Amino acid sequence: MDRLAYEITESLRIAMAQIRANKMRSALTALGVIIGIVAVTLMGTAIRGIDIGFDRSLSMLGDDVIYVQKWPWNQVDDWWNYVNRPPMRPQDAVALNAVIAATPNSELEVAVFCDARQSTVKANGASVSGVFTRGTTADYGRIVSTDFEEGRMFSESESESARQVCNLGYDVAHALFPGRSAIGGTITVQGQPFTVIGVLAKQGSFLGLFSFDNYMLMPLGAYRKYFGIRDENTELQVKIRDKTRVPEARDELIGAMRRVRGMVPGERDNFSINEGQAFKKQLDPIKQGIAFAGLFVTGLSLFVGAIGIMNITFVSVRERTKEIGTRKALGARRRTILLQFLIEAVAICAVGGFAGLGLTYGLCAVVKSAMPSFPLVFSVSLVFTSMFVAIMTGIVSGFVPALGASRLDPVVALRYE
Amino acid sequence: MTPVAPVEARAVRPVGPLVISIEGVTKLYHMGDETIHALRGVSLSIHRNEYLAIMGPSGSGKSTLMNMLGCLDTPTSGKYEFNNHDVAAMVDDELADIRNREIGFVFQTFNLLARSDALKNVELPLIYAGIPPHERHERARQVLESVGLKDRIHHKPNELSGGQRQRVAIARALVNRPSIILADEPTGNLDSKTGVEIMALFEDLYELGNTLIVVTHEESIARHARRIVRLRDGLIESDGPVD
Repeated sequence: MDRLAYEITESLRIAMAQIRANKMRSALTALGVIIGIVAVTLMGTAIRGIDIGFDRSLSMLGDDVIYVQKWPWNQVDDWWNYVNRPPMRPQDAVALNAVIAATPNSELEVAVFCDARQSTVKANGASVSGVFTRGTTADYGRIVSTDFEEGRMFSESESESARQVCNLGYDVAHALFPGRSAIGGTITVQGQPFTVIGVLAKQGSFLGLFSFDNYMLMPLGAYRKYFGIRDENTELQVKIRDKTRVPEARDELIGAMRRVRGMVPGERDNFSINEGQAFKKQLDPIKQGIAFAGLFVTGLSLFVGAIGIMNITFVSVRERTKEIGTRKALGARRRTILLQFLIEAVAICAVGGFAGLGLTYGLCAVVKSAMPSFPLVFSVSLVFTSMFVAIMTGIVSGFVPALGASRLDPVVALRYE
Repeated sequence: MTPVAPVEARAVRPVGPLVISIEGVTKLYHMGDETIHALRGVSLSIHRNEYLAIMGPSGSGKSTLMNMLGCLDTPTSGKYEFNNHDVAAMVDDELADIRNREIGFVFQTFNLLARSDALKNVELPLIYAGIPPHERHERARQVLESVGLKDRIHHKPNELSGGQRQRVAIARALVNRPSIILADEPTGNLDSKTGVEIMALFEDLYELGNTLIVVTHEESIARHARRIVRLRDGLIESDGPVD
């Protein structure tokens, strides 16, 4: 065993001397690996980032909230079966809450009616367009997954009396009231003034592209009064008690909704139950497809780097055939020669991998500072994975030439000029 | 031509036990359709403390016999025993081990590792023998001193003269205390003055009790030995003491 350790130490020393002696050649070969590793690791960070972005956007939908809507979230081919369904109405939420209250040990907690539209919000001469404006009731405060940065949700009485108050998402509040509190400020939507009574905490954005904080909430009464309820977009949001029991809650909700709608057995549901976890399952194959295609394409560049390593190892074996013969004459076994060239290939790959990793880290930092919310995630596991990949590249591509070297006939090798 | 050392200096030492025993060894090479009989049945015994020269023109089988003696190659048929080990039956790694322990090679072209200093070059066989670093350095330094390179330990081959390089190679051959030292044209790449110095070093090694086999085509070099084996066409033509 000692012998093997000494051989490895010696091989490492020789490998380093070899790299130093052939700086340009080693650098060019390592460059191939560097490019490959940078491509693969950048792809890795992007895939992880997209993953996290997806997850975050789904938790925005609320993993403990089930949506009752006219249309299902997945694409339907038989649209004619859906188009004549009745829309969700505010009284559906009231009736559903009554059913929930009457059900012992209900899986459901509360149902809230919502309608939403895009609008332009103005204050102090500034304006924010495309704000997702949601009219709802005070119960929405029990559903919303975000904390309040400051202020409060509007109350039951404010909601019912159509008071012109509102809650702003983080981005809207900070765009209209830069550097100061929005609470007590007045904004206008389609010429109607609303007093800000609450600002919600920042949630971030999806892939750095779509902000989750560009929205406002207002009492349903005021919303109906000034914008009117458009039946197509209305929904009931139902909070469940235990997010590990989504299927049970879903079943109960279907039963409860059928009672609310007064449907007879055998009649088809005239509403759709939508929820994030099922949606997530639909997204998984897409995510996997992106990840696979991305890694395949970037993997090709690493493959080119691996060919470079294999080539340089062949050259190295050829150049040093006489040395191999000498070493064999002095008592080097096959294993010794194999290890020597393998370690050389791995050393170049490890250097390349390390440099590539550093470069990726730098690129991530640049992207982060330019686009703070773009989800590139540089992680410790990435460091280990890419070093592992780099070293495996060295082993795999160095193996064939190293094996050839180890099997050389010492007589032939010694005679080689 | 390298001058021959004075005859009175050349005492013949008593020989020790049998080291190498070759009986009826043949070696065939296939080159395309042609079969070459490099050795056609060679028998040879070499004892410890012998100083032997193997001579012959090119194509005589001299190199093949040397490769065989050096355990770099195995015979096609015949018997080869090295210290009672059956070399003919050995596989690659066993041959590597016996070369490492039993044989010290000295090459015409020195065959030093260019990027390693003299000490590292001499240590190499000890690495393959699994000797720990400290002992390695110590032994390598001692051997380098004994061949007169005390001041050149950390020089790389390209910082050494031809004679010094061959001394490093000889130190490398000696360092693992082998049973035989096998030198292939050891003065072939040296000027005649340096050649004389190297042959004097061989003489010292012989006096110290080493077993030397020198392969050469130069009569004057061969005459340094105590016994000359002459090959022709794959057979031993003559085998006897230097007259």
